[in-house]
Amino acid sequence: MSEPLTLAVPRGALFGETLDVLDAAGVDTSELRGDSRSLIFETEGMTLVTMRPSDVPTYVEAGAADVGITGKDVLLEQNDRPVYELLDLGYGRCRMVLAGRTGSDQLGDSERSLGVMRIATKYPRIAESHFESTGRQIELIEVKGSVELAPLVGLGDGIVDLVATGRTLEENELEVREEIVECSARLVANRVAHKLRAAEIDELTERLRQAVQA
Amino acid sequence: MIHPIPPGTRDVLPEEMRELRTLIADLVLAFEGKGYGQVATPALEYDEVLTRGRGDRGAYRLFDESGELLALRSEMTVPIARLVATRYRDAEPPLRFCYVAAAYRPVSPQRGELREFLQAGVELIGAAAAPGTVEVIEVLELALDAAGLDRAVIGLGDADMFPDLLAELGLDEEARDSVLVRLAAHDLVGLETELAAVLDDKRVETCLALSQLRGGADVLDRAGEIPFDAVRSAVGRLRDVNDALSARPGGHRIPFDFGLMRSLDYYNGAVFEVYDPAVGRVLGGGGRYDGLMKKFGLDHSATGFALYVERVEVARVEERRRGGEGR
Repeated sequence: MSEPLTLAVPRGALFGETLDVLDAAGVDTSELRGDSRSLIFETEGMTLVTMRPSDVPTYVEAGAADVGITGKDVLLEQNDRPVYELLDLGYGRCRMVLAGRTGSDQLGDSERSLGVMRIATKYPRIAESHFESTGRQIELIEVKGSVELAPLVGLGDGIVDLVATGRTLEENELEVREEIVECSARLVANRVAHKLRAAEIDELTERLRQAVQA
Repeated sequence: MIHPIPPGTRDVLPEEMRELRTLIADLVLAFEGKGYGQVATPALEYDEVLTRGRGDRGAYRLFDESGELLALRSEMTVPIARLVATRYRDAEPPLRFCYVAAAYRPVSPQRGELREFLQAGVELIGAAAAPGTVEVIEVLELALDAAGLDRAVIGLGDADMFPDLLAELGLDEEARDSVLVRLAAHDLVGLETELAAVLDDKRVETCLALSQLRGGADVLDRAGEIPFDAVRSAVGRLRDVNDALSARPGGHRIPFDFGLMRSLDYYNGAVFEVYDPAVGRVLGGGGRYDGLMKKFGLDHSATGFALYVERVEVARVEERRRGGEGR
């Protein structure tokens, strides 16, 4: 028998619900819930490794993790990483949107007078492909941290960002102008593991499918 | 002083070169032992010749001193099709060739991808479908054995099945293409959405299940129960290959995979890929490409495969390390 399957578990916003779903699927996550600083947890029949959601495609693509859970936003932003997307887990729902300052038409003004909108975002690829596919020109400004700040201090006319409740936008006097795509947590697999460990991965997929449907 | 080389290229120093040379010698010995004569073709060809074989343009194109457009090859199957069409036009098939050659592809930055990489492979031209596939798979098995990859596995699928099935289900070309893109990327969530837009639930279920159907010879029986001509004929083709491979002493350990799609668009019929547990990426692959020979004016069926030598080298070192630990 070969070594147990390795599952990449996202820390951060998806962490809690991911653990709940894994529990429901019969994976023991009690050690992950403690305040251990460890990153690797051995459970029965499976090795769980925890990491930032945006690192999950990297580990899974290289086969360092056989399967992983991460947001669709991460997968879209890293769409050049060939991982297999097996299942929509349904939780962690949020929307990728274009937002501008409340009550201001700065986005439209810039488009009319300058021919481009200046868009600040943490998701350059998603933003680029959205405006490209709708035939509009943008000037892209990539930022790493709180993107809501950008239009408030004049860095960009609007932002492309992920919105769950919309409260952060509201508090920063921003409003949704366009919806780009709906995102949720997904189960992904390494290409080679999906072939070589077909039975184990299919079985895990099925358990998770039932866990999220319940 | 440091003089850089472009990202995705590399120097090979004596210690690694010895390793690499032994591996290449082992592979060529396996190929030649089965009657595949080694050939070399120019790394630079006319752009028109390379794009005739593959729809897309090469990443590296340049003008020569008289203004001709040249391109660096991105793989060896098209150059060998060109070579056969010009140098062996009247030769009696089947023809057998092997190669070890550098090929060139664009890379994504900071991903450890190689811009210039070595491929080792064979092409069998003018052999009938099932026996040709079986022969090439046998050569591939020998090559993997020669490289010392005891745990490597060859997955076998059929490139025609899904396009035929989608046509049989009445999808127009546009809908077929968007479904096939999802299939090739193995984006099951997107695939389900695309299929649900054009098919009823039961048929969506059938297509999704089929894309996940992989395993031993019993999956042929399960696929055989799906009542569509496209699936039935693909099962028939795979069964022929299975029968021939199982008839050998020792049988075979080749899993069948109805979801297998190679991205190169010239394949038809049997396609296969090589996996090794030591490496998270595909080690190589191949299949039938009858249509490609037609583009060069020859009515020959053809089958071949290519291994990524640098990845095979990584797997070989890894397997040797495991072997050492086991002792």
